[in-house]
Formats: sequence, structure tokens, C-alpha cells
Amino acid sequence: MAQTSAVLFFSKPRLQSLLDELRTRGYCVVGPTIDQEAIIYDEILSVDELPRGWTDEQAPGQYRLRRRDDDAWFGYVVGPHSWKKYLFPPKTTLLSAEKTANGWEFIPRADDSTSFALLGVRACELAAIRIQDRVFLDGPYQDPLYRERRQRLFIVAVNCTQAASTCFCTSMKTGPRCEQGFDLALTEIDSGFLCDVGSDVGQDVIAVCSAVEATSEQQQSAASARQQAVDQIERRMDTSDLPGLLLGNLDHPRWKEVGDRCLSCTNCTMVCPTCFCSSVTEIRDLNMDRVDRERSWDSCFNPDFSYLGGSLVRNDTASRYRQWLTHKLDSWQNQFGTSGCVGCGRCITWCPVGIDLTEEVAAIRETSTP
Amino acid sequence: MTVHSTALRANPWLTRTARIEDVIGEISGVCTYRLTVSDKNGGASYGFAPGQFNMLYLPGVGESAISMSGDPARTDSWIHTVRVAGNVTKTLAGLGRGDTLGLRGPFGTGWPHEELIGNDIVIVAGGLGMAPLRPLIYQLMSQRDKFNRIWLICGARSFDGLLYVREYNTWRKGGIDVQLTVDRATDGWAGHVGVVTLLIDRLQLPRPEQTYLVACGPEVMMKYAAASGIRLGIAEKRIWVSLERNMRCAAGLCGHCQLGPEFICKDGPVLRYDRIRKYLFVEQL
Repeated sequence: MAQTSAVLFFSKPRLQSLLDELRTRGYCVVGPTIDQEAIIYDEILSVDELPRGWTDEQAPGQYRLRRRDDDAWFGYVVGPHSWKKYLFPPKTTLLSAEKTANGWEFIPRADDSTSFALLGVRACELAAIRIQDRVFLDGPYQDPLYRERRQRLFIVAVNCTQAASTCFCTSMKTGPRCEQGFDLALTEIDSGFLCDVGSDVGQDVIAVCSAVEATSEQQQSAASARQQAVDQIERRMDTSDLPGLLLGNLDHPRWKEVGDRCLSCTNCTMVCPTCFCSSVTEIRDLNMDRVDRERSWDSCFNPDFSYLGGSLVRNDTASRYRQWLTHKLDSWQNQFGTSGCVGCGRCITWCPVGIDLTEEVAAIRETSTP
Repeated sequence: MTVHSTALRANPWLTRTARIEDVIGEISGVCTYRLTVSDKNGGASYGFAPGQFNMLYLPGVGESAISMSGDPARTDSWIHTVRVAGNVTKTLAGLGRGDTLGLRGPFGTGWPHEELIGNDIVIVAGGLGMAPLRPLIYQLMSQRDKFNRIWLICGARSFDGLLYVREYNTWRKGGIDVQLTVDRATDGWAGHVGVVTLLIDRLQLPRPEQTYLVACGPEVMMKYAAASGIRLGIAEKRIWVSLERNMRCAAGLCGHCQLGPEFICKDGPVLRYDRIRKYLFVEQL
């Protein structure tokens, strides 16, 4: 890549030019915006739709939007949405079956022409995309829709300048600094955005922002803004005995204990940026002449997820929680050569009873059978 | 050894039209289907490794993972032996010659054919578990001189639950020591009564350190069969079993079929016993 090593700077209103340029190039630009008292990801046409002056307060089982005392455009952490909904949509038609004179014919439906530009991707979320790349692209079989959309993806990352109480990316070594896997990476300071360029197309696009080389004062402000996020991260997860700890403690009494608290509501798997389980439903027309096969997100917390030959393999909540956590933190490493957790803390925030996986891992470690 | 198609690698949901050419009634509730596929992109291929499976799709009803049960040397069609167990198999049972369905595959791992060469082999089949083992039996018989002693220990609830009985004599003539047992003797049954492990336990293995045990059947049967094999001196790494779990995609993408770190669809269904033993004994895993 013909990358300039210089860090660039542009003023905040210029971000609209970036949005416009991406749209001109055919991208559907999706970014953070406020909906139903949360910061979610949706298509945005204007920088006015960004959650300017808002922040999120997070704790186990708690999420609240609060007014900031400044006008920061990206002064929040992460919300209930993750970018996986664009690469691995909650619902996708995989295949259509049509009844013809010669019997059933099958039409692949995974082709897709949407190009997405993601605006505001955090370091932990870049890591989540890299993890899903391994799941959907690096195995013996690829997910065709993911592949199509991933190839065309444009990523504008934004470095965190603050952390939530639920964040632990430093433990998972995924952040908070955006190091790789973006086209552009911004750091917000009062006067504008500093911008690292990560690809040729990023270099090309940023030209519209009239960006100039950042001054050393601006770079200093950006560095201290990023350091603030590092300093605010208090939550830790010891990963020194992962993988191994959880698969080695499948009979640990803690599973029963957490199973008694867990509601098996599936929230943690829905908000997780790496969870990839899915199911397929038959959508038929009234005459049964045409059937669509629709894939939708599934969860290992759904009872019928483990249906086998008339009964359920995982018949209680403890066994489902155990499946989720052992997969996420332990067997994922055997399967994909990486942890399935990026330390974003969503599963802690959005758990209605505030179950905190970092606490569960610590509890299992405390009385583990070596 | 496994067979994978590059088209399926790029899109594992690619489904082809399969036509039912013949239906053979086997035991009660079980039929064998011969299927051909029409491939618009050129000739149809029927290559597979014994132990692999296809996803059979009945539009509007769903898909079911069904192992190949025919001769892997056969190049004109796919053979599947199917028991009516759920909605998909029930709907399939209502179809006949000339009807069409969807098919994608082959998926999964096969029996360790190369490793078996030069060794003694104990094949253990329980009930319908015979179906994924029959391609292996055909393969072993076609190269019989490459293997030493071969036993087939075959169990079923009763005599009328034994699959492919009409072929046992051919297999015996082909150099396979076929031994049968049933859980419950019915009129006319003069053979063994009891579980398959009773027959495994009685085997006089001339060289257990060069013996493989391959098993397919109910999970509890395979665990006991493996335990019997280990008692006879067969190493865990020479024991292979074929497992079954709920699966949607067959390609390691939907997450349903996990057992510990293994995806039964792509790491299995045929797995080496030492690799999965500890997970088989954990309840509700």
C-alpha cells in the first residue's frame, strides 16, 4: 500500500464530506445514532445523526444515555448493536426452491450487491470482525454473503477516548487503540479528527476532507485522549490459563450456580459481536410451490438449539451457559486459533441479571481442578 | 480421507435437484433410496468417502443429515438408507420413484481407510448404525488382501431390526466374520441374545496392538463398545466412532453440532475416540 506515514487532521464538519464521498462511491454508510434511548448502528446520511454530546453509562445489567458536558461526536463506548448485523445479517434468504414440471429446482440466493461503509468501528469491534473472518472465511467452507459483503467493506474506525465500567479489551489484547484492519482510523479531539490511513482506498477517499498533516500539539492531544480510555479500563480477565481452564472444569459446581441466576434469555449471544450461531427456517407460500430457506441468528441458550432425536441434549440453563462460556473463551481457540471474546463488555451490560463473565471465569479458576 | 467439492466450499448451501430412482424397503420404517442428481454445470459426481453424509432437503419441511450407505466405487448414483424419525424423513417416506428433493454434499469426515491397511479390524454396528458402515465394508471387501482379519459385530433390538441381512452371506464369503446379536429373541432366532459388547468381549484378538475398532450406533453403545475394545488391548487412538448431533449447515458455520471443541459436521461425524472420549462422558454437553 502506498501509505503516507503522516497522521492527518481535518476539522469536524469535514466528516460530512467523507460521508458524501462514500455515498457517491456507492457505499451505504452506517454509523452510530440514537434510537430508543440507546446508541445503535443504522444508515446515516448526515453527521447530524451522530450521537453528538451524548455518552453511555454502563454497568452489569445497566445502560443509560447521559448528556455530556461537551459536544463530542464519538464520546460513547459501545451499544447493543454490533457490526456483525451487516456482514452476517439477523435474517438472510439462503436459497429458494421452486416447483417446476421437472420437480424441485433450487436457486441460490446469497448473492448481494450492497457495499457497506462502517463509521465508528472501535478497536474491539475490528477484532470481532477479524474473528468472524476466521469463522466465515478461513474454514473448509465459506459463508457466501459474508464473503461478498466483507470484500467490499470500507471501515472508518474511531479510537476510544473513554471506557465503560464493563470494558476489558486490554485483557483480551484487542484495544483500545485501533492498530489494523481499517481503511481510516480517527481520533477525536476538541478541534477535529486525527486520521490514520490504513489502505489505498482510504488514502483515496480522505482526499475530500482537505486533511492536512497533524501538528505535534494535535497529536499530543489525541494521544492523551486515547490514554484516557486506557486509564479508565478497570475490569480485568486473566487469560493465562485459557484455553484449558473451562474445558478442564466441565463438572465445576459454578455452572449450576450461574445457571440458577441466568434467565437463558439469549441477550448475551445477540449483542456479542462474534457469536455466529444460526438456524434455518422454511418460508413457504400457500401453495407450497415456492419455498425460501431463511437463516436467522440462533442462540445456544435456546432450548431447542440442542434438539437431537426427540429430546434436548442441553436440558437445563446451567448446561447452556456452560456451552456458551466454554465455547467463547476456550473451545473457540481450538476451533479458530483465537479467543471468541474481544472484551467489549456487551454481554455484561445487556444481561438482565448482570452476569459478568469475567467474574464467572475467576470463580471457576478459584476452585478449579487442575 | 474425505471428499469435498470446491463449489460447496464457496457456497455450502448450494443445493442440487435429486431424483429418486429406486426405493427399497429395508426393515420396518427404513427404506433405501437411490438418488441421481442433474447438474446443469456438467456431469454429476458421486464421489464420497465411506462415513461421509449428504444433507437431504424436502422443501417446506427442512433438511436432514443422512450418511451415504452405498458402494463408494459406484459412480452413477447416491445410496441413502433412511429411518423415519422426524418431519423430514417422514415426508421423504411419502415420496416415490421419480419424485425430486434437494441434496447438498458430501460433507464430513470418513473412516480412516489408509490407516486401516495392514491391520485387523473390528466393525461394530448398532441398529441403523450399519448404514454408514456398509460403504466401508464394500471398500474393505474390494481390497480384501490389504487388510488382515475383519469382524463385523452387528446388534439390533430384535432380528427384524438387523439391516442388510440379505448381504451377510456375501460378506462372509468375502472374508468378513459376521457375528450377530439381538437384545430380544423372537421366534426363529437361534443366535446370540444380548448387547454387542458381549460379542466384542469374546473376540480372541491375535494382535490387539494392530487392531482397529470402528463403531456406529447409539452413543451409549459406542461408548461401551470402545470400553470393550480397550479391555481387549486396542489403543484409544485406534478406535473410531461416528457421532450424531443436530446440524443445520453441515459446514461448521451454524454452531449447532458442537461437542466440546468439535464440530460434528466438519471435524466429524467420524472421530478418533481419544479425541472426543472425555466429552462423551459429560452430561448435557
